[in-house]
Amino acid sequence: MYGFLIAVGVLLLLSIIWMVYRIQTLVSVVKGSDKKVVTGSNKVNALMFILFLVGAGGLMFWYSIKEFDNYNLPVASEHGVVTDQLFWVTMAVTGIVFIITHILLFIFPYKYQYSERRTASFYPDNNKLEVIWTVVPAIVLALLVIGGWRAWTDITAPAPENAHVVELMGYQFAWEVRYPGMDNVLGANDYRLTNASNVSGVDFTDRNSLDDFSSPVVYIPKGEPVLFKIRARDVLHSVFAPHMRLKMDAVPGMPTRFWFVPTKTTAEMRAELNNPEFNYEIACTEICGRGHFSMKREIVVVEPDEFRKWVADQKPYIVNNPALVADLPLELKELAEITISEYK
Amino acid sequence: MATAESALHNATAHDHHDHEHHDNFITKYIFSTDHKMIGKQFLVTGIFWAIIGGALSIIFRLQLGFPDMELHWLKPLLGGWIDEGGKLDPNFYLALVTMHGTIMVFFVLTAGLSGTFSNYLIPLQIGARDMASGFMNMLSYWLFFVSGVIMFISLFIETGPASGGWVVYPPLSALEQAMPGSGLGMTLWLISMTFFIASSLLGGINYITTVINLRTKGMSFSRLPLTIWAFFLTAVIGLLSFPVLFSAALLLVFDRSFGTSFYLSDIYIGGEALPNTGGSAVLYQHLFWFLGHPEVYIVLLPALGITSEIIATQSRKPIFGYKAMIISMLGIAILSFVVWAHHMFVSGMNPFLGSIFMFLTLIIAIPSAVKVFNYLTTLWRGNLIFTPGMLFSIGLVSFFISGGLTGIFLGNSAIDIQLHDTYFVVAHFHLVMGSASFFGLMAGVYHWFPKMFGRMMDARLGYIHFWLTFIGVYMVFFPMHYIGIAGFPRRYYSWTNFEFTNMYTDLNMFVSAAAIITFAAQAIFLFNFFYSMYRGRKAPMNPWRSTTLEWTTPVNPGHGNWPGEIPAVYRWPYDYSKPGAAEDFIPQTVPLSATPESNLPHEQELVKLEKEIIAEEEAMLVADETKTV
Repeated sequence: MYGFLIAVGVLLLLSIIWMVYRIQTLVSVVKGSDKKVVTGSNKVNALMFILFLVGAGGLMFWYSIKEFDNYNLPVASEHGVVTDQLFWVTMAVTGIVFIITHILLFIFPYKYQYSERRTASFYPDNNKLEVIWTVVPAIVLALLVIGGWRAWTDITAPAPENAHVVELMGYQFAWEVRYPGMDNVLGANDYRLTNASNVSGVDFTDRNSLDDFSSPVVYIPKGEPVLFKIRARDVLHSVFAPHMRLKMDAVPGMPTRFWFVPTKTTAEMRAELNNPEFNYEIACTEICGRGHFSMKREIVVVEPDEFRKWVADQKPYIVNNPALVADLPLELKELAEITISEYK
Repeated sequence: MATAESALHNATAHDHHDHEHHDNFITKYIFSTDHKMIGKQFLVTGIFWAIIGGALSIIFRLQLGFPDMELHWLKPLLGGWIDEGGKLDPNFYLALVTMHGTIMVFFVLTAGLSGTFSNYLIPLQIGARDMASGFMNMLSYWLFFVSGVIMFISLFIETGPASGGWVVYPPLSALEQAMPGSGLGMTLWLISMTFFIASSLLGGINYITTVINLRTKGMSFSRLPLTIWAFFLTAVIGLLSFPVLFSAALLLVFDRSFGTSFYLSDIYIGGEALPNTGGSAVLYQHLFWFLGHPEVYIVLLPALGITSEIIATQSRKPIFGYKAMIISMLGIAILSFVVWAHHMFVSGMNPFLGSIFMFLTLIIAIPSAVKVFNYLTTLWRGNLIFTPGMLFSIGLVSFFISGGLTGIFLGNSAIDIQLHDTYFVVAHFHLVMGSASFFGLMAGVYHWFPKMFGRMMDARLGYIHFWLTFIGVYMVFFPMHYIGIAGFPRRYYSWTNFEFTNMYTDLNMFVSAAAIITFAAQAIFLFNFFYSMYRGRKAPMNPWRSTTLEWTTPVNPGHGNWPGEIPAVYRWPYDYSKPGAAEDFIPQTVPLSATPESNLPHEQELVKLEKEIIAEEEAMLVADETKTV
């Protein structure tokens, strides 16, 4: 019934629009406005540009100021402060250009709307002007690029020796988190070793892997460098930790990395935002299939002491599941069993 | 040389006005080799695809803006992709996003824009009877048509169309196990794109050849309208970059079907380890973006060319900095090939490459800035007539600024770390490439409709269409900047899984509502377009009082465009409001010697030369006549 009523309503509306259209066409034919260069609409359109400038500009300022705290994510890493600063400097520079060019773009139509009494000025070129507006943007852009380039070089430089290594492996549709254990060296891995009990395909013939452990959350210390070793086992994924200003693709067959220094513990951030529920999160930003929107891992940032204690409390893969080392050569198996007994 | 050319001109001229062509329905409307009809075919097909592409975006905007909405009413159309609870399937959501991108970028803004206006305008504006090869031109359209048919079929297959994003990165797109869309849908995508690439290569070769070889007498490169410069450079870019996409697609076909490992390595999926090793997923990205980035300019340059022409005409002023505009376009065309890896700053490629590409990327901003300043100066002290075409052109400049400036953020690799693959990117490219090019297309349609169909479109409906679309586009894409700065990733089916994205439901709802209104407003255009085609006011020969050659043809140009000889060209195309001239425009066909009152000093010197050439030509004509007698 509703569908029928809506259909009738739409039909009525369309026929009214149709009538108005026909009438205004006929009126314009009678008035002979099709013979004129411009009609009254020219003035209306010119005015509309001004209205749009004021209206849309006002809306932009109002919303940008009102929502600032919402869209401006708090930052919790050292390099994030730098990139945020670059972002806002770029915003200031481009913002000024944006506003000036738009004021000109929308005021000119009003000011120079057609008038029979006036002719346009014949002004085909001016090399001086062209040079100015080639060189000035070039200089401004060069400055912006140099700032970006320095930050980029620092961010992508090799991680410090003492960085805490965490391996993040993306798969459909979750992240597997692996820690290197007390030796801070991840054991080797081979994708062919992957199975239900060895999600990361850890190669336990490598001694370094004996103390590797997995964790349901990414636990990292504040104020110390952390190195994410990133890989994927099926399709592309991308590690995105928005508060850390961190993003790096996870590529099958090509390990990637990203290191950073967290600056605020989860507890500090909760206090700062006055939100006891707050958590740092990792999301996926490279389309990876049906569950792309749900690849979540939490990051917990703690004080360094607490972190060390936490690491010491964790149990390696082989302790949780001794079957993993059942098939190892004798020598390694003994070593593994010693490790297991140490943890018990 | 000159003799041979003029003899040729005469021969073709006789050929065309001595006997009428009698086309039947099939040769006139279907397998036509006339560039005007092929241009219209591209246009109508482009409009068809724009409606499909737009409708797909509306469906996924419903999901994003109104996540709790029951979509049972879409079941007749989408069938199993709507589940029992009336929810959209997440796999199909990705398919929608992918198809929207593919259709809009390739079918609407490449074929619909370049295909329409390069075909339609090149011969008319350079003074040629037709394209260099009418048959190749026809083939170009029909390959595009076949490509479209295949893509259209892929929308309806059981496993859904390709769903890996319009960039179809492997391994996702290479492995059927990864998502249903990577099966038959992806195969069809690859086949369709192969036809499409062939089509655009045939078109491109034709455009280039025609512009170089078939310009009329006096139409030197320095007298070409900027539209032609834009189409010409676009065709060159396409010719150099599309083959690389083809190679990327071919290697992907090998990986998918013949067990090679170009892009695949170390993969464990669906409970088994695949044998592929040694491939590189990043290799595909390099190959793809080697087309993908120039593609941005393939869709944008024609729009900028069209805008240059319309802004000059409707400002009644020469375009400011004609030469600077050409140099900028040349600069953009060349630089467009050396910036591709700025799409890959965080792909895992060597960070040193990131530095290089950051520098190159920000260089390309300079010619773009020059173009904007030149547009503004063209408007300055003009005598502006707001035809719908002019309104859309001004709208384009606005989008070009808004979207271009955000490119400065994204081209900076340090800032891009945070913004990459967020809604900030979506906002950026939808403004600078999507909406700007779309506005170029609209401007072109409104401006050249009288030439295409011999009738005028209704201006008032055009105004309403413009204002609804212009405001609508900003309402859709401007808020996305905020969402992007807040870190919302692209291609997300829903936002509620993450705390940092579990907000802005209101803003997303607003965006979706704006998108629906904007999409609905296009009905005004569709009505205006098809109604005016048959019932619109009859167009005069030169409705915009424009200087370029196409307006010297009859209202409904026949086969061969000019009934008599092709007019010669004596001046550049932007003699608007020249001081001393009686009218505020002097067509390109008016000799300098006929306008002593308005000639500039350097033109006055050319008059003598011009007179000599004309005398020579006449002597030759007489000689020809006596020969034939």
